[in-house]
Amino acid sequence: MLTFLTLTEWSPYAVGIGIGLLSCVAFVLSDKPIGCSTAFARTSGMLEELVRGRGKLLDMAYYRQFVPEIDWEWMLVLGVVLGACASALLSGEFRVEWVPSLWAATFGSELLPRLVTAFCGGIIMGFGARWAGGCTSGHGISGTLQLAVSGWLAVVAFFAGGGLTASIIYSLGG
Amino acid sequence: MFSAFHSNKSLQLVIGLGIGFIFGFLLQKGNVAEYDVIVGQLLFRDFTVVKIMVTAMVTGMIGVHGLRSLGLAQLHPKHGSLGMTLVGGLIFGVGFAVLGYCPGTIAAAVGQGKMDACVGGLTGIIFGAGLYAHAFPYLSRTILPRGDFGAQTFPELFRVNPWVIIVPLAVALVGLLYWLERAGL
Repeated sequence: MLTFLTLTEWSPYAVGIGIGLLSCVAFVLSDKPIGCSTAFARTSGMLEELVRGRGKLLDMAYYRQFVPEIDWEWMLVLGVVLGACASALLSGEFRVEWVPSLWAATFGSELLPRLVTAFCGGIIMGFGARWAGGCTSGHGISGTLQLAVSGWLAVVAFFAGGGLTASIIYSLGG
Repeated sequence: MFSAFHSNKSLQLVIGLGIGFIFGFLLQKGNVAEYDVIVGQLLFRDFTVVKIMVTAMVTGMIGVHGLRSLGLAQLHPKHGSLGMTLVGGLIFGVGFAVLGYCPGTIAAAVGQGKMDACVGGLTGIIFGAGLYAHAFPYLSRTILPRGDFGAQTFPELFRVNPWVIIVPLAVALVGLLYWLERAGL
C-alpha cells in the first residue's frame, strides 16, 4: 500500500502539487510562507556569536532584524535534511557522493576543484540570497504564488543570472 | 481563528520541522536534490525544476488565495526594490549556477548524502550570508533603496481582484507545461 514511498522518483507534477498544498498548510498552521535562506543567515550569526559574543553581534543592524536564534524557518531547513534523508533511505538512493556526475564528465572527478567551486558558489549564493531577501523557495515559490512583485522579479533574475553563468561555465569546460 | 496556535512558539517549531520534513521528502522524490538536474535546468537540458516550480505556483496560487477568501490565510509579500531584488537576484543566480544547488535543495542534497553540498556548499552559504550581514549597513545606504516598489502584489499594483490575474496566469502556466511535454522536454 505504501510502495509509492519507496519509489526513486515521483512525477514532477505530483511533487509540484504537493509543494503547492504544503505552502497552503504553512500559511494556515503557521501564518508563514515557506522559505529557507534566513536560516543560513541566523546560523552564520550564531557561529559569529560564539567568537564575538552576543553584545557585539546585536550592535549589527542586520542581526537585530534577523536575530540569530533557532526559529520556525531554521527548523524547516533541518526538516528538509531529515525528510530528504528518509525519502532517499526508503528508495535506496542514499549514497555518499563527493563529485556530481555532470561535473565529473566535464571537469573530471577530482575532489578538490569541485569542493572549492561549491564553496565559492555557496558564498556568492548566500550573499545574493540575503541581498535579494529570499531564495528559490521564499521568492521563487512562496513569492510568486502570492503574486508578489518581488517574487516574480527575483525568480526572473535567479534564472537569468543562473542560466547565463551555467552556460559560460559549461562552454569553458567544452 | 488560529492566532493562539500561531503564537505558541514551541508548537510552531515542531510544525516548522514537520513542514520541512515533507518539503525535503518531496524535493528528494522530485530529483531536485541533484546537481545534475539543477544545472541541467540552467542549461535548458532538463526541465524538472521548471515543471515542479510552475506546478507548485499554480497549486499554491489558487490554494492560498482561496484560503484568503475564506479568511483562513493572510498574505505576506516581501518588500523589494530594483537594487535589492534585481541586483541580489542576479548575484544569487551566479552562485546558484556555480554551486548547483539552492538553499532549499542543498539541505535536501545533504540529507541524501551529497558531500560537495555538505562540505563545500553549506559552509559557503553560511559564510556568504555572514558577509552580507557585514555589508548590509553600506548596501542599505547605497544600492538597496534604488527603485523601491514596496511589499506590493500585482493585484494591488493594478488595483484588480486577485482572481482577475490568477485565472489567466494559471491557464498560461498550465499551457507552458503542456507545451513542454508536447516538445518532449
